[in-house]
Amino acid sequence: MPVYFLKLLLTASLLILPLAFSERSELLASTEVVEFSDPQLRKRYYQLVQELRCPKCQNQNLADSNAPISKDMKAQIYSMLEAKNTDDEIKQHLVSRYSEFVLYRPEVNTNTWFLWFAPLCLVFVGVFIVWRYAFAGGRAQSNIKSDTAVLTDKQQQQLSQLLGEDDNS
Amino acid sequence: MKRVALFVPLVVFAILTLFLLKGLERDPTELPSALVGESFPIFTLPSLGDEQRLLTERDLGSRVVLVNVWATWCFACRIEHPMLNQLAAQGVNIIGLNYKDQNDKALQWLEQKGNPYLFNIVDANGILGFDLGVTGAPETYLVDASGTIRYRRVGVVDQRIWDEEIKDLYQQLIGEAD
Repeated sequence: MPVYFLKLLLTASLLILPLAFSERSELLASTEVVEFSDPQLRKRYYQLVQELRCPKCQNQNLADSNAPISKDMKAQIYSMLEAKNTDDEIKQHLVSRYSEFVLYRPEVNTNTWFLWFAPLCLVFVGVFIVWRYAFAGGRAQSNIKSDTAVLTDKQQQQLSQLLGEDDNS
Repeated sequence: MKRVALFVPLVVFAILTLFLLKGLERDPTELPSALVGESFPIFTLPSLGDEQRLLTERDLGSRVVLVNVWATWCFACRIEHPMLNQLAAQGVNIIGLNYKDQNDKALQWLEQKGNPYLFNIVDANGILGFDLGVTGAPETYLVDASGTIRYRRVGVVDQRIWDEEIKDLYQQLIGEAD
């Protein structure tokens, strides 16, 4: 009976464990909770911190990063949102200090056009290749038919000679 | 024509290889600086050791200066400090930006390790650091006589960096200023 009870206890605690962690992560996240005067600002805030990149830590956005610099940047975004700045103004404010590196969605310009349009070009190239192969394949088949029909005896002889040479080599 | 077409994949592969090889040599932590070529940001902040005195961008003066971002909590600054002392001894103008630090600790540091700075700007909240695009310490900016940022170094300035990246530009800017 005590063994059965222990098993039950273990199972129960294993089931509860994830809940305990989720509770904890909520607590951790709650240290970053920001109060906005307008719920709309909150939505824009989360959008911005998801989309802007921490300049110190590679490949983390501001939302994920705990680096002091991202805290500063988040505070700056917060105060600019409250001061009724637009999203573009806020991004521009950060880009002018931390360069385009902070944008996870870079603007289209001479440096980034390749990044933006290369996938589209590749799709076109792919479509072109598929189309060409499909089309050229059909044409080649019809060519073979017509070519065999017009081969003269002399040409036929030349052909077998050439094929024979190939076999010898 | 068909035969030439057979080489297309090879050519594409070669181009891609060259492109990726070049990528290997790049340091991904090196960021483009948004402020090179721009004026030093305006600021009004206290001076370290004399908090009543307020410094502004005009205090950089019409001279070529290095602005060094440092803090006592920054380990790499410890490594960099002797080099700054050496540069100051050679007559290089260095201005300190004490970044998110405590004044008493900063003063103690300068007393113990020597003071290479003409003066130190106290940026306890990182306001000027933010405007400069500082991501951490140490960072060093080379500012010309007209107050324009000409170069930025993220990380330690050592003898190699000085010789390879800063020295010639510094001499050139001194020449321009005269």
